[in-house]
Amino acid sequence: MLSKRLAAIDKGRCVACGACVKVCPRSALSVFRGCYAQVDGDLCVGCGRCAGVCPAGSINIKERVQA
Amino acid sequence: MKKNHWYDYLWIWSILYFALGFFNILFAWLGLIDFLLPLIFAAAGGNKFFCNSLCGRGQLLNKLGSGCKLSRGKPSPRWFSSKGFRYGFLVFFLAMFGSMLLQTYTVAAGAASLSEAIKLFWTFRVPWDWAYTAGFVPDWVAQFSFGFYSLMLTSTLIGLIVMVLYRPRSWCAFCPMGTMTQSICKLKNRAG
Repeated sequence: MLSKRLAAIDKGRCVACGACVKVCPRSALSVFRGCYAQVDGDLCVGCGRCAGVCPAGSINIKERVQA
Repeated sequence: MKKNHWYDYLWIWSILYFALGFFNILFAWLGLIDFLLPLIFAAAGGNKFFCNSLCGRGQLLNKLGSGCKLSRGKPSPRWFSSKGFRYGFLVFFLAMFGSMLLQTYTVAAGAASLSEAIKLFWTFRVPWDWAYTAGFVPDWVAQFSFGFYSLMLTSTLIGLIVMVLYRPRSWCAFCPMGTMTQSICKLKNRAG
């Protein structure tokens, strides 16, 4: 059962600092080849801790779109 | 809980660097490690492992901001992380670095004498003569130390100010090293 919400990253604004990776309690975040952070949608529970530390304000918690 | 690595304690290095430079300015040269390592990781490995895991300054800002609750934790202004400001700040920073190298060269060439002072925010001259005994090394070696230490101290102070005002790692949004390494990674990634 997936959470209702999850983290969405604005790749154009992300500075790839890795602050979000450090605080994620589910290890759902990683920095893709030094370019931007990416979320593993299966692991993310939408807690919002990453959004709270992101220095660039590039993470928003959004409603999960059911496929 | 996440396991701690040895490199999670590199924030101590960040403090140690300034402490060493307070007593002997020649230690400022060690700062080149923080300057070259991120570029090596980006150019050779195509990653930001330095920013993500090794940056002592990022860790220190996080420790003070989150750990010691010295940060207001407010979102930083949007323009902090805009491309224009980030690249603009990088260009400014490199220009200041270039002017510091030029000063070092002028001293090496004998056209200027050694200035035993730190310049904060590229403006305020702070006497720092206790940290160096004239003649210990060639003048230009000492001049570079004073210049580089000024750069490191100034950028850390800016980092601390934005840490207090906004989020702990707000500095990372426009850190010149971060902008440089991310650009290298993006270029590498595009090249395939």
